[in-house]
Amino acid sequence: MQIGSCFFTVIVKLPFPKGAAADQERNDTRMRKYILKRIALAVVILFCSTFIIYALLRCLPASYVENMAMQLAMKPGAKPYDEWLAQLNASYGLDKSIVPGYLTWLQDAIRGNFGDSWKYTVPVLQKFKEVIWLSFTMGAVAMVLELIIAIPLGVIAATKQYSRADYAITAGALVGISLPTFFFATILKLVFSVKLGWFDLYGLVGRNYAQLDAMGQLLDKANHLVLPIITLVIVSVGSLMRYTRTNMLEVLNADYIRTARAKGLSEKRVIYQHAFRNTLIPLVTIVGGSLPGLFSGALITETLFSIPGIGFTSYQAMLIGDIPFSMFYMTFLAILTLAGNLISDILYAVVDPRVRIA
Amino acid sequence: MIEKKDETKKTENTEYSLNDDRRVKVLSPGALVIKRFLRNRLAVVGMIMLLSMFIFSFIGGLISPYRQDEQFYRYESQMQDYAGVVENDAFRYISAEGQDFSSVLQAKFQLAYQEKQESFDYKDIIYDVKEEGTDLYSISSEGTLLAVAYKDIVNAEGADLPFAVKYEALKAYTAGEESFSVDGEDYSLDADANISKGGAVVGYISRFVVSPVENGVAIERVFKEELEEAISNNQEEFVYTDSEGEEFTYKISYDPTTKNWMVKQGKETYVYDSYAKPSKSHLLGTDTNGMDMLTRLMYGGRVSLIIGFIVVFIETFLGVILGGLAGYFGKWVDMLIMRIVDVFYCIPSMPLIIIMGAAMDAMKVEPMTRMIYLMLVLGFLGWPAVTRLVRGQILSLREQEFMTAAEASGIRVSRRIFKHLIPNVIPQLIVMCTMNLGSTIIMEATLSFLGIGVKFPFASWGNIISDVNDAYVMTHYWFVWIPAGICLLIAVLGFNFVGDGLRDAFDPKMKR
Repeated sequence: MQIGSCFFTVIVKLPFPKGAAADQERNDTRMRKYILKRIALAVVILFCSTFIIYALLRCLPASYVENMAMQLAMKPGAKPYDEWLAQLNASYGLDKSIVPGYLTWLQDAIRGNFGDSWKYTVPVLQKFKEVIWLSFTMGAVAMVLELIIAIPLGVIAATKQYSRADYAITAGALVGISLPTFFFATILKLVFSVKLGWFDLYGLVGRNYAQLDAMGQLLDKANHLVLPIITLVIVSVGSLMRYTRTNMLEVLNADYIRTARAKGLSEKRVIYQHAFRNTLIPLVTIVGGSLPGLFSGALITETLFSIPGIGFTSYQAMLIGDIPFSMFYMTFLAILTLAGNLISDILYAVVDPRVRIA
Repeated sequence: MIEKKDETKKTENTEYSLNDDRRVKVLSPGALVIKRFLRNRLAVVGMIMLLSMFIFSFIGGLISPYRQDEQFYRYESQMQDYAGVVENDAFRYISAEGQDFSSVLQAKFQLAYQEKQESFDYKDIIYDVKEEGTDLYSISSEGTLLAVAYKDIVNAEGADLPFAVKYEALKAYTAGEESFSVDGEDYSLDADANISKGGAVVGYISRFVVSPVENGVAIERVFKEELEEAISNNQEEFVYTDSEGEEFTYKISYDPTTKNWMVKQGKETYVYDSYAKPSKSHLLGTDTNGMDMLTRLMYGGRVSLIIGFIVVFIETFLGVILGGLAGYFGKWVDMLIMRIVDVFYCIPSMPLIIIMGAAMDAMKVEPMTRMIYLMLVLGFLGWPAVTRLVRGQILSLREQEFMTAAEASGIRVSRRIFKHLIPNVIPQLIVMCTMNLGSTIIMEATLSFLGIGVKFPFASWGNIISDVNDAYVMTHYWFVWIPAGICLLIAVLGFNFVGDGLRDAFDPKMKR
């Protein structure tokens, strides 16, 4: 959230072309209408995609319910298997056909009831609340680092196009994009955990976590998050770097940059005052759009390092076919994607004064 | 050299001429693209990487002397407990025929022995103890021989020996005599303490007791002799060939607290040659299942690349058709298709594939069928991005003059779309496909790494690396996972470099 707002302030200071007040007002109402329309559309899309997800999950063999019924029936003094099965199926809406089943799920979901996780045997939302902040912290730290690394390097690459630095940065970005997460994470583990022994191989807390004081516990956790965050940053910094470079190049070829140079401004001023500010427009839209993604968790990275964030938690749930949790996670991801698209579209319209909504 | 000089002279002369060949060199757009592509160093490097990966995967598999699922074996000697050896230092007793030497009497004898008495009594009967030789005592009462106490053990070979023979043999053995006779039959004792009667060995005397660890294992006499010799020579290892001609290595270890020797038999077992170090026959060693790593890498590359191509083909095929329709017809067709795209765009592909993989695990789907499902799912989830690209391009192309001309000439709609519009989208499409190939390969590798993509016996770069989930493999057997990771990186990097180079080359605004 921090990142978004700091960019906002930068953008707001940009010199807007001063239109008539009435024009501004008309544009505002249009904007409001546009946003409302987009949100309504997003809700419809969400219903459709959750329905598809629900239908796909329902088509999978639900052997887990049968297993669970079997286990419950074996407890002393328990009901027979058939009754348990019927009860479980009813409680998950599995006894209905797909459409009424979906409607039941939807009805509960809108009220914030996503059912009980089969794997964790607690309400899905409770488990979600336990793990989401860890993922968010990881994602946010990684994102800040990405921005710090990617934007300056992207700008340098663009201003010195075809120089050695540009080649190095472009190649580096492509290597980052091409690195399979699991391979890079394993190399990091081998070098830093096994050979150098700086970090633990797995997990969020060390062996003597319980004996540490509050500060020590925090540091211990931070220590365990170093390698996962490095992995995340290296693997995803490349695309942002390339994006910055491409946009910077486009801006540098624009007429107003030529004008700025013709005025006799220093190269520094041209690049950092005129060009960079305009590069920020697409950057803000893409960064804003990826803000919701901070909550989605890094499924692969968390799994590789056994960090109990939302990604690893749902990975484990998905492996055993925990339908309530998987359903919730996928719905959550769909909402995040939609929110991301929505934010970037709206930001694009808000930030770029040249964009007028028809 | 001389020729070159001539040439330069010629060009100098013709510099000011206005012949056709001196005018601006005309290049077709395709040639321009190729020229720009070849100028891009990264793209050329990428092309070389890709070519080498293709040759490695598709031709390498043919050259490799091994099959992808050929397992190699090796003999490994595993030490197993074979027998325990104890040097007998307690008295053992045999009673004479028809006599009974009970345990109470044995205890009484033991006391008498320790106190060096020549007799003891029990229940008013006096028993006489007579030392017949070292550690050999005879116990008699009123002149009748009751039993013999001894430490050297007489083992019968074949039929059990009668008491008298044992007694006489022990007497002869302790006295160092070479022959004795019982009931008019002559027996002889040789240096190895073998008792023979008429040339045939009937038994032997030894202080060592060898008992096999496993029940039902008969220990051969010759083996015992060799063992005794080894023990008395303080050897730690000896080799023995048994009567069936099988040769085993034995290791002897002495435990001073229990005063016994443990004999371990080195059995040659035939095992998978797993995690063999790189050698001449296996340039990159072998994997868990004893399969040649290099060959697995080649076949793995084939699987990874083919999956990449099929998936990208599926998504491009769907994307081009739907995007073309949406872009060309606009209005409600566009509206409908783009909303479907939005819906599909929201469906998170990774979780969905993981769940499907887990379900297929539970149903025990064949590895081949799994692979087909994997490709279909990846393809069907990937088309929305292509559709968006194609539709966007066509929307802008549709407004251009050449399309008005095409419309005016009255050609069919399908021809207009697929002959005039799509070819203009192809440059961007090629770039996108190249980049998608890279990301699909990563996706497949990640899934295979997690164990839900391509499964054994098929090799894929991802499932080769998945061996590192065992931390021991990660730290000790670099050759199992590093080469696969590097192959993966080279292939994906190659696709990305080429894609990036193509993007620049296709861009007419590029100055170089």
